[in-house]
Amino acid sequence: MTAPFLVGNGGGFSGDRVDAPIPVVRTLVRRGLPSALFFECLGERTVALAQLERRRDPEAGYEPMLERLLEPILADCFTHRIPILGNFGAANPPAAARLVARLAMRLGLPELRIGLVIGDDVMGSIALDQLPVHEADGSIDTRSARLVAANAYIGAQPLAQALAEGADVVVAGRTSDPALAIAPLVHHFGWRWDDWQRLAVGAACGHLLECGSQVTGGVFWDPGFKDIPDPANIGFPIAEVTEEGGLVITKAEDTGGLVDLRTVKEQLLYELHDPARYITPDVVLDITACGLEQAGKDRVSVHGLRGHPAPETLKVTASFEGSWLGEGEVSVAGPNALARARATADVLLERLRRRGLPVRARVDLIGVASVHDSDDGALWRGYQGPEPPELRIRLAAEGTERDAVDQAAREVLALLCCGTAGTGGARWRLTPRILTRSYLVLRERVPTAVAVRSARDMPGTAQERVA
Amino acid sequence: MTKMAEVPLHAVAHSRAGDKGNRLNLSLIPYDPAHWPLLAEQVTEQRVLELFRHRGATRCTRYDLPLIHAFNFVVDDVLEGGVNGSLNLDGHGKTHSFRLLSLTVRMPR
Repeated sequence: MTAPFLVGNGGGFSGDRVDAPIPVVRTLVRRGLPSALFFECLGERTVALAQLERRRDPEAGYEPMLERLLEPILADCFTHRIPILGNFGAANPPAAARLVARLAMRLGLPELRIGLVIGDDVMGSIALDQLPVHEADGSIDTRSARLVAANAYIGAQPLAQALAEGADVVVAGRTSDPALAIAPLVHHFGWRWDDWQRLAVGAACGHLLECGSQVTGGVFWDPGFKDIPDPANIGFPIAEVTEEGGLVITKAEDTGGLVDLRTVKEQLLYELHDPARYITPDVVLDITACGLEQAGKDRVSVHGLRGHPAPETLKVTASFEGSWLGEGEVSVAGPNALARARATADVLLERLRRRGLPVRARVDLIGVASVHDSDDGALWRGYQGPEPPELRIRLAAEGTERDAVDQAAREVLALLCCGTAGTGGARWRLTPRILTRSYLVLRERVPTAVAVRSARDMPGTAQERVA
Repeated sequence: MTKMAEVPLHAVAHSRAGDKGNRLNLSLIPYDPAHWPLLAEQVTEQRVLELFRHRGATRCTRYDLPLIHAFNFVVDDVLEGGVNGSLNLDGHGKTHSFRLLSLTVRMPR
């Protein structure tokens, strides 16, 4: 059996712990095996929000923590030939590539090669209204809504091509999450793009690692029921993959968190629908015959994965400017808090009604029922449990008229004087909303392009500015 | 005859929620693999759909994974429009795993 290839994850979403990659890279370096590190930074709306940033500043629109994430690890990864892949380019991969080049120059790594992958951005190049709709948010009138972003989930092939051309850092925008793990595996082992069994292993590796700590104790720990060591320093995951398709999930050394059958099962099923058909651009993964085995401390082996041919279509997620969301909160505490909170909730809705504000509104009683409740407050209205010591009343209102939503949210502020006795702690905000809709498009209609350059040759680096 | 006692699902199983659009998935995993058949019998699609009826849920499908002793519930139209359209603080529905775990089941004492 050949030596395994290690795939590490340094981040599972935009907003993840920025110091997480350091122990992962330290472990990869210490183990001395061929390896790669990937960052998954894009949720469904992240690209749209990044696109709005790019409109404000043409050099923005990529992962805002990118420099902070890469700075402590870039030199080690370069020195030890550990390529870094990420969809941290978000809405502006060329600007992210320039940032990586400037960082490399500053760290004295002018030879570091940056692979830029573009083609996921299909805004303007594909007429969305002629595509079949895959998934949609509640109410979008796409004829009138303003398009903010449209991106295809591209697969591993252009990422692997960048690695083949010698990229040390691969900067992409929207990719499928598993592609970030499949690409280095295919590049290293030379797997064929129709070797569905091995690609299925790569997809499972990517799926299990794509959310970072979620397979090592994050979103898992439940004190007294599912305890984990040192939750303030959860180690991010590392997968060991063999040429034959063996897969073991483990994690960074000298960190908290854990890897066991429970953490792997939770993440294996995360955001999964039909377990026989987890669709990625590179392979359709089937986990129905999957088996798991604890193979040592913080080591779980995954076997029985099956792959089916890749789909002919890619998913495109389009984001539209939506309505405005206004939110406000106030607190009550102490004797009769529940009655005061209920009365406050009713008065807020009554105020919106009397003023005739064109908004859709909802009230929550945080501490009794909020996140599990429905818009009509069925749970808090029907609550008959004990009197809570404190409650927070939340109003949420949305509508297309900014001023009306603003006025609705300000009704919460007015409670500081007009509310029940002992009302305090008002907070209030107004945010624009993004609506998304997903379509399916034939993959031939999404051409990608790869360009690999050393940091010193990248336009926009410090040297060029000096020159 | 084995005596049965009613216990919170949270005492015998764990769960994680995930979302895609207006669709929620909830894993359900017994701590003891031997409990899998008991949960299969008692945590039905209908019971889970009822848990989310007040939110407008229209359909619940349960996928069984006996080899890893787990279940995957997929609930449609429960996220009040999904993360981008909902007025709910938790538009992703991440907290719903613990709504599932608030069900009770009858287990051997």
